[in-house]
Amino acid sequence: MTAAGRPTVPRLHPKARLQHDDVRGRDVLLYPEGLVALNPTGAEIVGLCDGVRSLADVVAELEQRYGSTGLEPDVMAFLDGLAAKGLVTYGS
Amino acid sequence: MDPKPLWLLAELTYKCPLQCPYCSNPLDFAGPRFRRELSTEEWCRVFREAKALGVLQLGLSGGEPTLRTDLEDLIREAHGLGLYTSLITSAYRLTKDRLAALKAAGLDHVQISIQGADADLSDAVAGTTSYRDKIAAYHYTRELGFPLTVNVVLHRRNLHQVEALIRLAESLGAERIELANTQFYGWALHNRDALMPTRAQLDDAWGVVQRERARLGTKLEIVWVLPDYHERYPKPCMGGWARSYMTVTPAGEVWPCHAAGRITTLRFENVREHPLEWIWEHSDAFTRFRGDAWMPEPCRSCPRKTQDFGGCRCQAFLVAGDAGLTDPVCSLSPHRPLIDAAVAEVESAAAAAEWTYRAAPASRVLAAKG
Ligand code: SF4
Ligand code: SF4
Repeated sequence: MTAAGRPTVPRLHPKARLQHDDVRGRDVLLYPEGLVALNPTGAEIVGLCDGVRSLADVVAELEQRYGSTGLEPDVMAFLDGLAAKGLVTYGS
Repeated sequence: MDPKPLWLLAELTYKCPLQCPYCSNPLDFAGPRFRRELSTEEWCRVFREAKALGVLQLGLSGGEPTLRTDLEDLIREAHGLGLYTSLITSAYRLTKDRLAALKAAGLDHVQISIQGADADLSDAVAGTTSYRDKIAAYHYTRELGFPLTVNVVLHRRNLHQVEALIRLAESLGAERIELANTQFYGWALHNRDALMPTRAQLDDAWGVVQRERARLGTKLEIVWVLPDYHERYPKPCMGGWARSYMTVTPAGEVWPCHAAGRITTLRFENVREHPLEWIWEHSDAFTRFRGDAWMPEPCRSCPRKTQDFGGCRCQAFLVAGDAGLTDPVCSLSPHRPLIDAAVAEVESAAAAAEWTYRAAPASRVLAAKG
């Protein structure tokens, strides 16, 4: 599945905040009454969702950073998981 | 690995203009044990120590936390530390200006209670005219861009309004509604016969919740806190004793949950005398029931012990008389008949009993009784 045909600018819902957890050496997304622990790549993806970059921009940026290609399905699956929790929304 | 706390509930004051008969505050909240409230500087130190210990989520509660005139300063400190801050308030006389000031200080999330879906019932349960303030404050939170949780404690006299309450939260544009069936501690235990619902009421309300969840999807999260007296197994209380959570009371005692202070066989320490880290790692109250070495049968050999941690220590103490027993709510507990009897009594009663409002005069009488 590709991003064509649906709103493609992912943004973090205002209720959620990316925060470094010094004690456990990881990043987390904090939101009302909960949190999600992120691995380093997850934190990087969330950090790129600034409400300006499109999904394609986020993928391109990551592929450049990691010197790889074909990341789109993984990035989409990750963001869709957060969207299902209401932590990411898609706009245009 | 030793568990580190993620959650801190800061009970800033036990003063409250409302008088909810299910209040989870101690019966003796107006007594000497809680009188000398922590100062601004003491709270800020608690927040710093909590963050260094691993806490990420901070609940600012009470009583009524907005009665603290230094709330803005406390939020500023917590926000600067990177804590996610939730204000848990009744919204009594809460103005838009105050909320805007709290927002500017860094407050992340607001939870406002309501006691019924209409003014008559809400004010009758609260014992204080407050419904209009709440509705106004709900709108202010939306105008200011706060994520909003609507919180309702459910019991015999308002369970029939579950649908109306969900519709109200939806119309307000809330993120979440927390439908918390009364847990019987503090004032709620004192008023148990008046508050406990019938099985039929619970079944109806649960049906509504399932239907509304299907209709609303992610638009409104509906949290249903189980009525544990009517369950077969206990709740995994606090995610396990002293595993991720602590409460600091207005005068600085630290408890593994907000009801634990009633357990007279535990020794509680105070942030005025010890660093939070020491209290978490070494105090009697925190170490006594951590892990599963303390468990008696039937928990010890039960496969569910990693899921529910043997249930609630406070309930074991309050109902079965010993905090080190299996939660009496568990159908495998030899004390379950005590719960069944309380449920049966309410089922067969012609009408709900009267309740005692949570208020300082009644509290002082109860404190004097000990
Ligand atoms: S439950 Fe009611 S009385 Fe108790 S602190 Fe909350 S608003 Fe006040
Ligand atoms: S016996 Fe203990 S561990 Fe097993 S279900 Fe009951 S409370 Fe939970």
